[in-house]
Amino acid sequence: MVAKRIIPCLDVKDGKTVKGINFLGLKEVGDPVELGAYYSAQGADELVYLDISATIEGRNTFTGLVRSISERIDIPFTVGGGISSLRDAGRLLEAGADKVTVNSAALRNPSLIDEIAGHFGSQFVVVAIDARTVSGEGILPGRDAAEASYGSARWVAMVDGGRTPTDRELFEWASEAESRGAGEIMFTSMDHDGTKCGYPVETFARLCSSLTIPVIASGGAGSAEDIARVLTEGKADAALAASIFHYGETTIPQLKERLASYGITVRL
Amino acid sequence: MIAIVEYDAGNVRSVINALKRCGVAEYSLTSDPSTLASSEKVILPGVGDASVALSSLRAIGLDAVIVGLTQPVLGICVGMQAMCSWTEEGGAAGLGIFDTPVKRFCLEDPSLKVPHMGWNTVSDLLSPLFAGFDSDPFVYYVHSFYAPVCPDTIGVTVHGIPFSAALRKDNFYGTQFHPEKSGKAGERILKNFLAL
Repeated sequence: MVAKRIIPCLDVKDGKTVKGINFLGLKEVGDPVELGAYYSAQGADELVYLDISATIEGRNTFTGLVRSISERIDIPFTVGGGISSLRDAGRLLEAGADKVTVNSAALRNPSLIDEIAGHFGSQFVVVAIDARTVSGEGILPGRDAAEASYGSARWVAMVDGGRTPTDRELFEWASEAESRGAGEIMFTSMDHDGTKCGYPVETFARLCSSLTIPVIASGGAGSAEDIARVLTEGKADAALAASIFHYGETTIPQLKERLASYGITVRL
Repeated sequence: MIAIVEYDAGNVRSVINALKRCGVAEYSLTSDPSTLASSEKVILPGVGDASVALSSLRAIGLDAVIVGLTQPVLGICVGMQAMCSWTEEGGAAGLGIFDTPVKRFCLEDPSLKVPHMGWNTVSDLLSPLFAGFDSDPFVYYVHSFYAPVCPDTIGVTVHGIPFSAALRKDNFYGTQFHPEKSGKAGERILKNFLAL
């Protein structure tokens, strides 16, 4: 049976890993290649590198970095951040990336998904969707979100790093992305991202049941139990996490053993 | 020297990088028939659409060249599928090395996703390609089409149904998974191939 994947996410700015990182025995914490190699040796199933550089110089540095990652890392890795054209995607493919994520650019120009999938295959395109719930009165506060029932909530896709709402609804947009050739969907609830209080499991279950392509759960993991729930009740195929690994709250081997103890198939 | 077949079938950088990590010093990315014929080993990579890959091979006349090779040849993913008899993807005839068609996953269980993507185990290991494994290795897959289990099967993976994780016919080998992306297990499989 195909294993549920655990995917650490590394934010990169101007060629360096950002976010506080607390590893024992790892000297080059700022080096994305070394950090990726460390996670890979720990048993990560894939890696995601997100370029958060704001400048052209930063972007160019990132392309060179992708080349170095590809030379060193022997598991699949996805890159994202600011990919808005077929040319951007091609440059990263050429540098050795296995997949790219597209987010805001795909919402603004959905045919970008068709173009990238048509040229490089569906396996190369991960459509990332940041969405948040809206009620009649407006956006629910994040703190209440974890407790709320999401059975009937309306989820609105956001652009610009989750700051700007669009007129697209999560389930409808995810289905369209799939039919346009996306190979995977990565869904982040902006209500949960950064809260460490878990994922909207019912929403994930509905999303995963409505698609035939795999779904990666992102944003909100505070514990191994949260990840176990989204992979079982939430039916997600993979879980992406950053802070719980970066801050050393759990290690990948510890997490995978915990998941295995719940009967979840993982690669140990 | 190890030859990697150059044709229009996606990214080969990861295969080259994996060979380097295996300690391969001399390799050539080539579509030259005489270079291919004189190499110690030949790798046929491939991602994307198998029928497109086959058209590309035929367009540069490499279909007959590959079939005529006598040294160990490894087809990876779509490279392996191209070496089968026929593919449902685009309805194209294959190179006919492995005596099996390639079909699209059509699974009854709605919880099983297509593409089959991620890490899965290979069992029923039947070849020196899998030498040195104490237990069934996890390897990395991403594909929507598969070769059923057949007499050429040398490893089996299950995704709803059992299918050929790897095939062998004489000097020809094929893996549906990506050894170049399969961590230490993949590196061992590549090294086993290089040692054939």
